Amino acid sequence: MSKFLQSRLGTWSGFAAAALVLFGLAPLVLSGFRLGLFAQFICYAIVAVGIGLAWGRGGMLTLGQGVFFGMGAYLMAMHLKMADAEFRGGPGSVPDFMELAGIRELPAYWAPFASPVFTVAAILILPTAVAVLLGLAVFKRRVKGAYFAILSQALAGAFAILLIGQQSLGGFNGLSYFRYFFGFTINDPVNQRMLYFITAAALLGVVAVALQLRRSRYGELLVAVRDAEERVRFLGYDAANVKVVAYAVAALFASIAGALFVPVVGIISPASVGIVPSIMFILGVAIGGRATLVGPVVGALAVAWAQTALSEQFPSAWTYAQGLLFVLVIALLPGGIASIPALAKRLKKTRTASTPAEATA
Amino acid sequence: MPHRFSPFKGRPARALAASAAALLAATVAAACGSRAGDESAAAAESCLDTSGDTVAVGALNSLSGTMAISETTVRDAIYLAVDEINADGGVLDKQIEIVAEDGASEPTVFAEKAEKLIREDCVAAVFGGWTSASRKAMLPVFEDNDSLLYYPVQYEGLEASENIFYTGATTNQQIIPALDYLAETGVESLYLVGSDYVFPRTANAIINAYAEANGIEILGEDYVPLGSTEFSTIVQQVDAADADAVFNTLNGDSNVAFFREYSNVGLTADQMPVMSVSIAEEEVGGIGVENIEGQLAAWNYYQTVESDANSAFVEAFKAEYGADRVTSDPMEAAYNSVHLWAATVEAAESFAVEDVQAAAGGVSFEGPEGTVVIDGENNHVSKTARIGEIADDGLLYTVWESEGPIEPDPFLEGYDWAADLTVTE
Amino acid sequence: MDVIVGPLFTGLSTGSILLLAALGLSLTFGQMGVINMAHGEFIMAGTYTAYLTQQLVGDAGVSLLIALPFGFAVGGAMGLILEALLIRHLYHRPLDTLLATFGVGLILQQVARDIFGAPAVNVTVPEALRGGVDILGTTVPKTRLFIMALAVVAVVAVTLVLRFTPAGRRIRAVVGNRDLAETAGISSRRVDAGTFFIGSGLAGVAGVALTLIGSTSPTTGQSYLVDAFLVVVAGGLGRIKGAVVAAVALGALQAVFETYSTASLAKVGVFVVIVVFLQLRPQGLFTLRTRSLA
Repeated sequence: MSKFLQSRLGTWSGFAAAALVLFGLAPLVLSGFRLGLFAQFICYAIVAVGIGLAWGRGGMLTLGQGVFFGMGAYLMAMHLKMADAEFRGGPGSVPDFMELAGIRELPAYWAPFASPVFTVAAILILPTAVAVLLGLAVFKRRVKGAYFAILSQALAGAFAILLIGQQSLGGFNGLSYFRYFFGFTINDPVNQRMLYFITAAALLGVVAVALQLRRSRYGELLVAVRDAEERVRFLGYDAANVKVVAYAVAALFASIAGALFVPVVGIISPASVGIVPSIMFILGVAIGGRATLVGPVVGALAVAWAQTALSEQFPSAWTYAQGLLFVLVIALLPGGIASIPALAKRLKKTRTASTPAEATA
Repeated sequence: MPHRFSPFKGRPARALAASAAALLAATVAAACGSRAGDESAAAAESCLDTSGDTVAVGALNSLSGTMAISETTVRDAIYLAVDEINADGGVLDKQIEIVAEDGASEPTVFAEKAEKLIREDCVAAVFGGWTSASRKAMLPVFEDNDSLLYYPVQYEGLEASENIFYTGATTNQQIIPALDYLAETGVESLYLVGSDYVFPRTANAIINAYAEANGIEILGEDYVPLGSTEFSTIVQQVDAADADAVFNTLNGDSNVAFFREYSNVGLTADQMPVMSVSIAEEEVGGIGVENIEGQLAAWNYYQTVESDANSAFVEAFKAEYGADRVTSDPMEAAYNSVHLWAATVEAAESFAVEDVQAAAGGVSFEGPEGTVVIDGENNHVSKTARIGEIADDGLLYTVWESEGPIEPDPFLEGYDWAADLTVTE
Repeated sequence: MDVIVGPLFTGLSTGSILLLAALGLSLTFGQMGVINMAHGEFIMAGTYTAYLTQQLVGDAGVSLLIALPFGFAVGGAMGLILEALLIRHLYHRPLDTLLATFGVGLILQQVARDIFGAPAVNVTVPEALRGGVDILGTTVPKTRLFIMALAVVAVVAVTLVLRFTPAGRRIRAVVGNRDLAETAGISSRRVDAGTFFIGSGLAGVAGVALTLIGSTSPTTGQSYLVDAFLVVVAGGLGRIKGAVVAAVALGALQAVFETYSTASLAKVGVFVVIVVFLQLRPQGLFTLRTRSLA
């Protein structure tokens, strides 16, 4: 089975099956509301794929993915607000929330976001560039392990506080009330379905890129750096560069997810980018299986779904469940759900090996 | 010289990339809904079913997360009001059924659950929300689905949606009366302290404009991050500034740390009174009465308000939830909101959103704070403003109240000095 | 005059609060490389210990004195349990302990919420600690002076224990080189448990002290945790000296930033300074010279 999955045919059929579920089955069985919710979950899954790469394969526990998620989201939200203002009041209009905050002049850094091309470019480039710079600063100095985890977490905290202080970015309330997505009205059910399709396609694309990275020589190097950084360095590679690439790719994925999250959910606020949401991104990855390709996706979807389903009935119990999930999965099942088949197989093997007499009897 | 590595040099690279790109292109091309400017973007049809002998309403409050402290009390008040109405025979002879959801203190969850309540549970109206962030997140959901939200908390104003009824105070029913009161008692200088989010910033913008028009000097304006508990620097600055009074728009745990620091450096209500707009009966206990006794608060309702409606309300609440519980302004506003909705439905003789909207103007309810009347222009309600002083029993007692209910004016159109604050279209 | 004294005092005061919160972390993180995200909840347990003691004893002054050792015991006991049930099984996986203990923290918060209710409870400040003392024109609250003194006592006590007791010597041996210490006949498992007891106990003490200035609610611990970690990272692993200097420096930095800009920007500024600082000294202020390769 696992051999089949690694073959080229297996890869293709895997993608075909995923596409069938995402593009065929899901829109058929889910109501418009549930499909929108699913699109939101898929955004989390896209972040998870990046974390799987950086953490699962690269050993970098990034507790600050909320930063890059937030960057992508805010960049997209700025464009949507600009487009909205332009549509209502002509070019150069100030977005509605600024009027309420008493800002009469459009801040200079907002102006370029009237252009959709600039916005998309910024979403792809800016968070990646920040990650590269930050990664170079940190990894070149061989800051790693727990140090890196805590720094990235503090970064998320600082980022959220910074955002809350920016009245020209909506402050604590964040940005909301988006009407148009690149010229399409967002509240039209047909367009909402289109948004879902774009999000689903982005997930497949991101998984394809991650798969490609894993199977390349680079992917092998990344795992080597995770397991024995010193040795890789002795072999003549610059381990820091290897890490920076994975960190930057994870940042890019998070940014894309954030950019899609905004039209799908309709709001981005500092509450979605701080320390706690950043750790929650990790939960799905840990549960699904950090080192696998599909594990983080499945884990993120499962956690998001469980949160919605359980918190409706038992809000207090959900907090317990969440805490227990962290403890139990990390302590007892470090490989996540994805390691269950392998575990079961090993279990089965030992059992059949130990009872040959029964089998023949 | 380090080795070079290439991320993209492997087996099925090109094929996969190409297929992903093709997939994306195909999906974008396949869908084409209405574009900006089209009139066809009609709201989804309501699935509200009124054929049975019950009608569903939503209660959407945070039961987990940081806001659960405050919002669970609002939830209790909503249930109390619904029970009362049901005991009286219901609305249009239908019993009200509550569908409860947890907003989890997160704006995105509020938006998600609001949509679920409207589209899957088919509720006639939703009661709840607390932070402005949660209301702003829910606003497009209620407008797009053409449904109703009753929002029970004082807020920063500058908003009026046809789909939201605001039963808490807007700024001219809380902040401006508080300033009037301070000016009346001879305050000539103020120090502003607030948490760093929208309500304090807007409130302080209004206070600054008011101060300029009325000759009050603002000696300082400080913001701390939400949840911050480090007040050493700020209290030192307040102490040094020696203003006549402090206007406090802090939120949550920050109030505890602020008042402890304030009384620890030896400042008292006699020397420099603090006027707070977010401290109600519920919060006094956590701060410690000894740290806050004699300080002022501005609300529309206190547990100690003397009226028949209030004694009935307090008695019913304590009977239901325990004698040690207190009632506060947001709870009272939530309680009123359910009764106002029921009264409006009775007046409209229909649960349909457009009928309720049409009938809302002028609908009144005899609430614990006094008579509240819906203003059909902006969907806010008229409210009596009250300044309260915190006593050593932990309750607030009215020391000043407005002459009758104040008409809501969310955009402060009736105040000349506020002309620069808002852009009216 | 108070332009200088104010920020200086605030810096020292904030620094000593940070230090109290970070001292225990510095021990556990330093010795075992264990990142205990539930440390904040141990602080929270300390605040509720102070609350319960006051409910039982009544007199605020007496109860504070009782609560301090009691908070140490409560925090320490929770630490021992956590170490035995969870952390012991996650050696060699430090990042996993971070996540697992975060889960523990979530559960402890919810437990506190279910027992004591979500609203903050009030711990009365003793009469003797109310009001302020005038120092060079600035009113300094007595509560903050008390916390400063407590921080000094805690640092001295920990230093003495590490220097002059057999247990302390064993702890230092394990920090220096775990394998070598084991070869020398030291049971590193028992030493770990002991360290965790002391470290977590210090969190409990910090919690008791923090009731004097802050709130007592289920989320109390969270607000101190990230700052405390930054102190440990900047100070250098396992170095009490480093934690002291880093805590005071960060406190002063925060106070200065706050005086000249806003409290929000001060937080961001402190983070930037730490990242830049780690560029210069990736191992923190004081590096521990060990013979282990890890």
